[in-house]
Amino acid sequence: MLQSRFDPNTVRATRRQFLVGTATAAGLVVGYKLIASDPASAQTAPAPAQPNPFQAYVEITPENKILIHSSQFEMGQGSYFGVATLVMEELGGDWAQVEVVGASGNPALYGNLAWGGIAQGTGGSTSMTSSWERYRKAGATARMMLTAAAAKAWNVPENELDVTSGVVTHSSGKRATFGELSASAGELPVPDNVPLKSREQWSQIGSDKLKRYDSIGKTNGTQSYTIDVKMDGLLTAVMIHPPKFGAELVSFDAAKAKEFDGVVDVVQTPRGIAVVGRDMWSALKGRELVTAQWDEKNAEQRGSSEILEEYRRLAGGPAAATARNDGDVAAALSAADRVVEANYEFPYLVHASLEPLNAVARKDENGVIEIWGGHQMPDLYQAVAAQVGETTPDKVKLHVMKTGGSFGRRAVADADLIVEAVATAKALGWKAPVKVQWTRENDMRGGRYRPAYVHSLKAGLDKDGKLVALHDHIVGQSILGGSPFAAMIKDGVDATSVEGASNLPYAIPNLKVELTTTDVKIPVLWWRSVGSTHTAYAIETFMDDLAAAAKRDPVEFRLSMLEAHPRHAAVLRLAAEKADWNKPLPEGRFRGVALHESFSTYVAEIAEITFRSATDFTVDRVVCAVDCGIAINPDQIRAQMEGGIGFGLGAILQEELTLTKGIVDQENYDSYTPLRIEQMPRIEVHIVPSDEPPTGVGEPGVPPIGPAVANALRAATGRTIQKLPVTKGLSA
Amino acid sequence: MVAFTLNGKAQTLDVNPEMPLLWAIRDVIGLTGTKFGCGMAQCGACTVHIDGTATRSCQTSIGDVEGAKITTIEGLSGKVGQMVQTVWAELDVPQCGYCQSGQIMSASALLTETPKPTDEDINSAMSGNLCRCATYQRIRAAIHEAAHRLEA
Repeated sequence: MLQSRFDPNTVRATRRQFLVGTATAAGLVVGYKLIASDPASAQTAPAPAQPNPFQAYVEITPENKILIHSSQFEMGQGSYFGVATLVMEELGGDWAQVEVVGASGNPALYGNLAWGGIAQGTGGSTSMTSSWERYRKAGATARMMLTAAAAKAWNVPENELDVTSGVVTHSSGKRATFGELSASAGELPVPDNVPLKSREQWSQIGSDKLKRYDSIGKTNGTQSYTIDVKMDGLLTAVMIHPPKFGAELVSFDAAKAKEFDGVVDVVQTPRGIAVVGRDMWSALKGRELVTAQWDEKNAEQRGSSEILEEYRRLAGGPAAATARNDGDVAAALSAADRVVEANYEFPYLVHASLEPLNAVARKDENGVIEIWGGHQMPDLYQAVAAQVGETTPDKVKLHVMKTGGSFGRRAVADADLIVEAVATAKALGWKAPVKVQWTRENDMRGGRYRPAYVHSLKAGLDKDGKLVALHDHIVGQSILGGSPFAAMIKDGVDATSVEGASNLPYAIPNLKVELTTTDVKIPVLWWRSVGSTHTAYAIETFMDDLAAAAKRDPVEFRLSMLEAHPRHAAVLRLAAEKADWNKPLPEGRFRGVALHESFSTYVAEIAEITFRSATDFTVDRVVCAVDCGIAINPDQIRAQMEGGIGFGLGAILQEELTLTKGIVDQENYDSYTPLRIEQMPRIEVHIVPSDEPPTGVGEPGVPPIGPAVANALRAATGRTIQKLPVTKGLSA
Repeated sequence: MVAFTLNGKAQTLDVNPEMPLLWAIRDVIGLTGTKFGCGMAQCGACTVHIDGTATRSCQTSIGDVEGAKITTIEGLSGKVGQMVQTVWAELDVPQCGYCQSGQIMSASALLTETPKPTDEDINSAMSGNLCRCATYQRIRAAIHEAAHRLEA
């Protein structure tokens, strides 16, 4: 997300200088102190006697709990389970002891190592890459300290001790639980260079039998999300946002609202009006009674069709920036035997996570602002909360909640929900804790969409059917532009606009990827797999057009250009083999293939459809092959591929956010329509065995499904759908 | 004053009769396993059983449940309900988990009514329950597995 291109081989906790293990009333706390990248802030002071409880990865409590502090945010993708698996592999505890909590407030400890460790955050499918060494070492260190404590107490050599299911035992019959050893273990010096298990010794990593430790709470209603936070006197606020993006509040009249029984107050925040009630329903009823005047002179007034029309015009003209330029595309195109062209259109998309966005804020008796929420970028949220709350970041405490989805939406540079919750609590004079709870309508109309894009593609084949030139001109909004990450835009290229095209693996001697960034006031954001949501579709369907023009098989055509990319080639071959690519299908059924690497994970998908007509087809089966390096939790890799395919399929088939005269047309799931169960294909996932360092799986399952289905439709109809969603493109 | 049975216990509430059952359950009674997703019966996250029927609590007014027997995820019991929950966890169906209370309430009602559901039965009973994580393949597998074990 923040930095989509990284090399998982170079991600190591190399800056670790010393470990801190400290005895406290709370037992053993194991954390690493890292030297910050800025030498001026290097931590050389001795560990505080009373360690900051956020400064830990693994805590063993006297009550025999294993408390894991996860730097990585849990939004459904299983990062807590992944992090816990790494710790448990080395620690040797019992899963019944495990609890994972979201950490925050210390980027030196929790900074994402795939982003150079500079800030804590979850995105770009980096959680396992960042955690791989950090959390295994934390588990191994804790185990070594526990066994050292037992050895000392029993006066036996450490190597005679056994650790099973959270209990240390010795052949003499002595035994102690982790909890019993935690206090004395915490007083021992912290060992350095603790060895990690070799692959042959793993019992947790790679185990197909391991189940998510958090599934039961998600089947009996006890799993608590931000919407469920309870505390004395908690008020609920609902928001009224500007009707158009960029409109400003002039005035509002809340007199009638305040008369409604249960409405506590109506206050202004920097992002709109908050109607505060003693419960959600009172706040909702109050909201219906508020009238507001807005100044729309600086607002976006265009509809999405005018915006896309402008994009089409821009795509036909010269590009503003170049993301990749190999060889001489213009010369190669004019010398080509055949030239193929295609123009694609992608609509705005909404994350539409099932838990509508929310945050809870209050100020405690010590003046500390506490915020419960989906803190996907905690350092940033802490800073913004301090600013809005007129205090310093050390006076902000974040409580990281598991959330009902995110898909990128909880990682917002301007911390929208944090601003609303803190500003509302402040406007109420901090007299009560307040939960800002968006409705589905707030979510659909609240912006932060996957940007709309247009791709203009042109390619040249030589007389032997070899692809000799490819030109892609991408037009759309920048996600990084205007955000605190704008400095990452290099030479006019926002990498999130072109990723998936600019790093195309196919051996094409003349390849040019260009970008024209547009100026539109509709807020945009990363949406599960970011740039690859559109680049994979445009490139991979175009590849089938080219294979057809060259009269070559789509799989063979791709493989012929992948000699230098064995991991791409391997997933493609595996998917083709498992899907019986070379065997004909019964009449009325068709296949389509797509291959895409995103976030250093390689995925090939083959979709099988039954086609009766343009308005009557079903996606029956998807065969997926994935290479994400070492498979930490194989069943969760399958789960993420299944979910990613369903998520991407809904989008490509039928999701579209449109605007008319600056106003969003969709408000709820009746008009913005994610996939439903009857549309879900049968999915088979095949994982490539690997010794490479682990990479992520949250996003990479998404990009190939759209083009795989579109290529199957191409096989059925002879034409490629270039205007999404598919249901619209087929009827066009 | 409205009187009904909630999770097997008598319950009375003195609230505006127009208040949706969803908010009465969550904000007044304090049971938060039933979720809010859309507020217009489009997502199914708020599904509860009213007299055994899977019902969207966001579109049911508290004034309309006088005398009814209401079951939420917290009160789901009996052979079918427990089997559905057990299999759901065993197959690791949930990802974010937010929609799963509603999914489980719909699935339990289906299996009570139709002990051996076909894929078509599952489609029609579960179509109203959105899962943005798209855990549908495992939801389907879990329903078939629960049916199979309940038959045994």
